[in-house]
Amino acid sequence: MGDIRLMKGNEVIAEAAIRCGCDAYFGYPITPQSEVMETLMARAPWEETGMVVLQAESEVASINMVFGGASAGKKVMTSSSSPGISLMAEGISYIAGAELPALIVNVQRGGPGLGTIQPSQADYFQATKGGGHGDYHLLVLAPNSVQEMNDFVDLGFELAFKYLNPVMILTDGVIGQMMEKVELSDFKPRLTDDEVEQRSGHWAATGKKSTRKQHIITSLEMISERQEKFNQKLQAKYARMREEEVRYEEISCDDAEYIIVAYGVSSRISQKAVVLLREKGIKAGLFRPITLFPFPNKRINELAGHAKGFLSVEMSAGQMVEDVLLSVNGQTKVEHFGRMGGMIATPIEVVTALESKLIGG
Amino acid sequence: MAKARGAVVVENEVCKGCNLCVVACPQDVLSLHKEVNSKGYHYSHMSNPEACTGCTNCAAVCPDSCITVYRLKSTVVA
Amino acid sequence: MTAIRVEDIIKPENLVYKKSSVLTDVPMHYCYGCSHGVVHKIIAEVIEEMGIQGEVVGIAPVGCSVMAYYYLDIDWMQAAHGRAPAVATGYKRVNPKKYVFAYQGDGDLAAIGTAETMHAVNRGENIVMIFINNAIYGMTGGQMAPTTMVGQVTSTSPYGRDIDLNGYPLKITELIAQLPGAAYVTRQSVHTPGNVRKTKKAIRKAFENSAKNIGTSFIEVVSTCNSGWKIDPVASNKWMEENMFPFYPLGDLKDSTRDDANTYMVQKLKK
Repeated sequence: MGDIRLMKGNEVIAEAAIRCGCDAYFGYPITPQSEVMETLMARAPWEETGMVVLQAESEVASINMVFGGASAGKKVMTSSSSPGISLMAEGISYIAGAELPALIVNVQRGGPGLGTIQPSQADYFQATKGGGHGDYHLLVLAPNSVQEMNDFVDLGFELAFKYLNPVMILTDGVIGQMMEKVELSDFKPRLTDDEVEQRSGHWAATGKKSTRKQHIITSLEMISERQEKFNQKLQAKYARMREEEVRYEEISCDDAEYIIVAYGVSSRISQKAVVLLREKGIKAGLFRPITLFPFPNKRINELAGHAKGFLSVEMSAGQMVEDVLLSVNGQTKVEHFGRMGGMIATPIEVVTALESKLIGG
Repeated sequence: MAKARGAVVVENEVCKGCNLCVVACPQDVLSLHKEVNSKGYHYSHMSNPEACTGCTNCAAVCPDSCITVYRLKSTVVA
Repeated sequence: MTAIRVEDIIKPENLVYKKSSVLTDVPMHYCYGCSHGVVHKIIAEVIEEMGIQGEVVGIAPVGCSVMAYYYLDIDWMQAAHGRAPAVATGYKRVNPKKYVFAYQGDGDLAAIGTAETMHAVNRGENIVMIFINNAIYGMTGGQMAPTTMVGQVTSTSPYGRDIDLNGYPLKITELIAQLPGAAYVTRQSVHTPGNVRKTKKAIRKAFENSAKNIGTSFIEVVSTCNSGWKIDPVASNKWMEENMFPFYPLGDLKDSTRDDANTYMVQKLKK
């Protein structure tokens, strides 16, 4: 057995970063995710692994520090919460446009505006449909446990480097703040400069060698034909993600007539709702997308063939439900149930919503 | 006393005819040519080559780095 | 006495100045007489003379010099508008042995990127910051910049910069010099051969500083934008001397290798 601890989700993000050989974290304090940087600063990983931890002057600066570090082919990350992610939108778009690997954690809180510091899932559109300007996507991972907060840091970096694309861990104030048992990953050493050169030397700005052409990390292309070609290349990359990276979990979906679609903390609440519904004799199941982009369209479309209805349960006014609707593609009924503004649905509320919206009466 | 002798080569096609080298030259060696290059610029050239001392002032101020400067190491001419 | 022919002078053994090998052969997109070309050239020369082509990375801004990467044959990053100091920070922190320089204009460094500028210097990042101040937004077509002079006509101050409406020209270099993280702060120009040589010395010193871990080296180059100002390059130099130099005087504002108090403070803070 590995190293088992009782930890907060946010603390685990920090610990997992150190253990997976992350080179740098740049961040700015914001509730409900400040423990990420606090934990890192307390752990002082620069003494242990050489990992850099720096508090920036803003989220705008921290995401651009990520741009700089990623340009060197290093494993760099940041974390924030909703308003901070909005500030990062520009930088994230540049990172996507420059095809840089980076990990961004969003511990969502309620909005719009300053909103509330309480948990929310209202940044789904922002995370999965772009968020910043231009045609781009993040690869979005949605953990629903402290264990997955640990696991997805390493996975996130792996995917970021596989696709040279920013990866977002889209979590929420509940998962970030709650304490749970977690089996921490084993330590992986940071890559040496030679290893970085081996992995990323074909594109990274590691200093121009006499043996190669200069490397330019940019998202600018003045010639429209070339920019369109680049856009097509990005789209091909996203198509490859749709083929290879879809991840989801199904609970009691095999014989389910009514399927709840939920991610993050809502999936935990919904899992209990499925138990309650089954006790009442209603054949309910839970479908949990783990990757929100790429969204598990195909699997939901298959399930729609033998289900009587889908309920998208989210802490938002209804965002993921649009992807569920597209996936189901008219085969059966799709409804949404959500609480907003930092309110968290109870399993009973989910049961009642499913009964009234899908079964009727 | 022997005067230093120099010469400059202006890459005509790169020169944009900004005139900064002409003004920077302390010996009035350079002027803009009445001909234009393929981009339509009156490029700089040595209109008074005998006066050039190879001081490199023209090259120093040239924004387009299109001037190469030569200077005789020692003047044997009395 | 035999007359010396030009062909006799133009021989490899007589070469005294040629374009730096760190400059590429791509013709610069800058307008004729633009100061950017001169500053690019002297950065290239410093990189060549220090032999650090493989150890240096540049950060291009948004603005006229956004495509600086086409002209200097080194590795580059191209930052979002104003964010070059943050990008430079991120790069330098994970690659402390590399020489990192950010190259920015006045809109980039002193308007949209003021926060990133001040904080990077205040942290004493061991980077070189080169600031081209031509008192106007060139790339977007000659709009008012933070450093535009009072009364100066631009496309967004068509009746001249009015302090009631637009406030004052920003002497950001003076502000930078107040920060303990700044090791070397100087204001130069490249409008005469002598000034070009001084600026080159300053840039060389800045690069050398960044290897000494003594804090940020910041070089403002008071520059011209003849297209934006709508006068020719020679007249632009004269306009700059008459209008900008009195407000943006040339010279060192700070040199921590001489300024003991600040050197002490930087080192104490570093401990």
